[in-house]
Amino acid sequence: MGLSALPAAADLSQCVHCGLCLQNCPTYLLTGHEAESPRGRIHLIQALNEGRVEPNATYRQHIEQCLVCRNCESVCPSGVHFGRIMEAGRAQLYERTSLSLAERIFRRLAFTELLPHRNRLRTLFGALLLYQRSGLQRLVRASRLLPAPLAQAESLLPDLAAPFLPRMDVYPAEGPRRYRVGFFTGCVMPLVYGQVHTATLRVLRHNGCEVHVPREQVCCGALNVHGGEQRGARDLARQNLRAFLGRGLDAVVVNSAGCGATMKEYGELLGDGVQAQEFGRLTRDVTEFLASIELEPFRRSVRRTVTLQESCHLVHAQRIKDAPRKLLAAIPGLELRDMAHPELCCGSAGLYMLTQREMSTRILDDKMGEIARTGARTIVTANPGCMMQLQHGLARSGITGDVKHVVELVDEAYGVVS
Amino acid sequence: MNLADRLRQALGPGVVFQGAENVIVYEYDYGLDRGMPDLVVLPRSTVEVQVVVREAQAAHVPIVARGAGTGISGGAVPNSGGVVIGLSRMNRILEIDADNRCAVVQPGAINLDLSQAAEPYGLFFAPDPSSQKASTIGGNVANNAGGPHCLSLGVTVNHVLGVEVVLHDGSLVCLGGKSADGPGLDLTGLLVGSEGTLGVVTEVTVRLLPLPEAVRTTLALFASVEEASEAVSGLIGRGLVPSALEMMDRLALSAIEAAFHAGYPPEAGAVLLVEVDGLLEQVEAQAAVVDAVCRAAGALEIRLAATADERARLWAARKGAASAMGRIAPNYYLHDAVVPRTQLPRILAHVVEIGQRYDLPIANLFHAGDGNLHPMILFDAREAGILDRVMAAGREILTRCIEAGGTITGEHGVGLEKQSFMPLIFTPADLEVMARVRSALDPSGNFNPNKVLPTPGIAHGTAQRAGMPGLAPEGMWV
Repeated sequence: MGLSALPAAADLSQCVHCGLCLQNCPTYLLTGHEAESPRGRIHLIQALNEGRVEPNATYRQHIEQCLVCRNCESVCPSGVHFGRIMEAGRAQLYERTSLSLAERIFRRLAFTELLPHRNRLRTLFGALLLYQRSGLQRLVRASRLLPAPLAQAESLLPDLAAPFLPRMDVYPAEGPRRYRVGFFTGCVMPLVYGQVHTATLRVLRHNGCEVHVPREQVCCGALNVHGGEQRGARDLARQNLRAFLGRGLDAVVVNSAGCGATMKEYGELLGDGVQAQEFGRLTRDVTEFLASIELEPFRRSVRRTVTLQESCHLVHAQRIKDAPRKLLAAIPGLELRDMAHPELCCGSAGLYMLTQREMSTRILDDKMGEIARTGARTIVTANPGCMMQLQHGLARSGITGDVKHVVELVDEAYGVVS
Repeated sequence: MNLADRLRQALGPGVVFQGAENVIVYEYDYGLDRGMPDLVVLPRSTVEVQVVVREAQAAHVPIVARGAGTGISGGAVPNSGGVVIGLSRMNRILEIDADNRCAVVQPGAINLDLSQAAEPYGLFFAPDPSSQKASTIGGNVANNAGGPHCLSLGVTVNHVLGVEVVLHDGSLVCLGGKSADGPGLDLTGLLVGSEGTLGVVTEVTVRLLPLPEAVRTTLALFASVEEASEAVSGLIGRGLVPSALEMMDRLALSAIEAAFHAGYPPEAGAVLLVEVDGLLEQVEAQAAVVDAVCRAAGALEIRLAATADERARLWAARKGAASAMGRIAPNYYLHDAVVPRTQLPRILAHVVEIGQRYDLPIANLFHAGDGNLHPMILFDAREAGILDRVMAAGREILTRCIEAGGTITGEHGVGLEKQSFMPLIFTPADLEVMARVRSALDPSGNFNPNKVLPTPGIAHGTAQRAGMPGLAPEGMWV
């Protein structure tokens, strides 16, 4: 992607428009419209470059309705870098189009004022926690006073548990140290899913990892990159390089697939800088890391029937398909029942579930149908966005069950029920 | 009220699309030709298709039916403008009738989805074009599609029992059906392969076949294409009809292996992928014959797929092969020609010579068993004047195939791409009778006009230049 916001000609011409991506694109499957397919979107971006179409509302809709789940990349015989094309295509779009005031405020809030600032995020989520626990949430919901877009966003918020607030810079390993790893905590995960971080830390330490949790680390920048806001993403990436490199780490472990995918691509974001590439090489999804080491024996059985929603940024962006399955298969007592197309996006896709409500919900409803057919009671996944969306899906569809991160079930098998 | 408004009023919101940002993505298929439609309609039912046809006819505009746009000959490219009827939303498998070994599907149903739906009944749909994970049954019917396994089982026309078709006046007819060999003219056979020129197919009844008891898949490596061709002749000479017999040359292998890591050796000069199926005892004996013949022809190495998974990976890679060429060239012209299979070695020598003379790399995939070759001429369209060279080289390859007793397309259809070659294989009288049949079924001439039959002034390789990726002037991206 380099420094230019324009999609590279070489990336675009790699698409031979064979159409083998179509049936792997959630928005094409729903709409049947070529412009809502990977091939169509590449053609549109190409056409904008050539001045054959305008960046008008229709163009925007087709480009913005893309989930950037990158399922198409997984199946493309020609190896088209679709994610890269779409990120540059959006950056180009936002340079050439005038956003409405509300959109500008939303982007400014999300990308500049909130995500990069850990303390502001903590304050916000502290307020939300208070909102839920004080009973105010029940009052607000009963009152129906919130305007529709806010009410929809509010309904996506899961019940918040205690946030993850690291007390130490370095947590020692239990027993002899086998690895020295960094733990990337991210922006939203510690506040919304603190329990996943607690489980990750426990499992890593139990398996001989000395765990570094540098205080200087910040948001990975994934949401900025997906939104076509590269400049802010680069600042965040540079801060993370400073926070983690130079500690002699064997790996930087991350339990959010979306963050991991972006971190592994820091090299591209920062123009192939040496440090960025080294950081990318060190980055390991927690499932990838755990599946690659010899695990301490599990201590108890986990009596759950589960179904795995393969997070897009794990299975497509990072091409990690076997690791979560290997871990789940090793857990005693656990039964995995596969849904049809576990590799198809759930409609979460980062901010997409807020900005593209209708499409996101239609995709989610189809997904919940597939999940219901498995009869599984626990949905397992590997990314906070997917967890939020699937919890919302459970509520919408009236299915009784829960949503867990893979590492939470590994943690349960080590004897702690969260 | 104009056509778009009338259609919108009749069909409601979200079905009729207008404006470049909506319809420009319907200007292409998988081939090289381009043509912009004026309007795109995505109907959800046969009745809606009838409405579109009636309204379009009243407005006297071309009507182009389109499946998934995976065709290679420009058949679904609306080069004369008009209305594209995209059948992607009519994609349901309506019935699997296991007892009668057939299925009823909508035209937008995906080929592979049908075979997967039939699998629990021990059945499958035989035509398996390389595009089968994306292409539609309607598109397969329009082009009389083939595929690797059509060697022993026949192409699409052998597996279509009946079709429901919307005719030029919007009326609906049902041709053929579940029962075999109905009386009267075989209009079903006429419709298959008619490339959207006779009507819009809105429902298809297809034959399903029982899955074979056993399958053996052999990958044989050769030093050269000549030796691999000798093995092909040897196999056919022994009276063996494999269920599939595929050849790939070195250039094709390099892209395939880069894309799929399925175990194809990029260092081999050529490989054969040979599959035999049937009863367990039968396939063991046949696999032994394959082994012996390949060794006698000088095979360097022979590998037998050990597991179903390994077999699946070999096939996925073979079927994705053409689509993987984007790894080694920005553009390519994928040809489709047929020669009597004994002529394969001779025609290959010609292809090599033509490539050298025009200074164009050519990668080769073949359905070797039925003499169907797919030379892929690789090029970078940004090079000035190269397209003329590519077209001339392609024309020369086809001419050699015809001289060798072959023909201009094995399975991709004529569409826009091959129509100027039609006079090379048909007499004026042949073409005249086709034109008469066509105008008998579509007196309006609005169904996919300027396709299939030679049309003065319509030449492949010219109309598309403006829209082809990579053909924009240098510096466009700066």
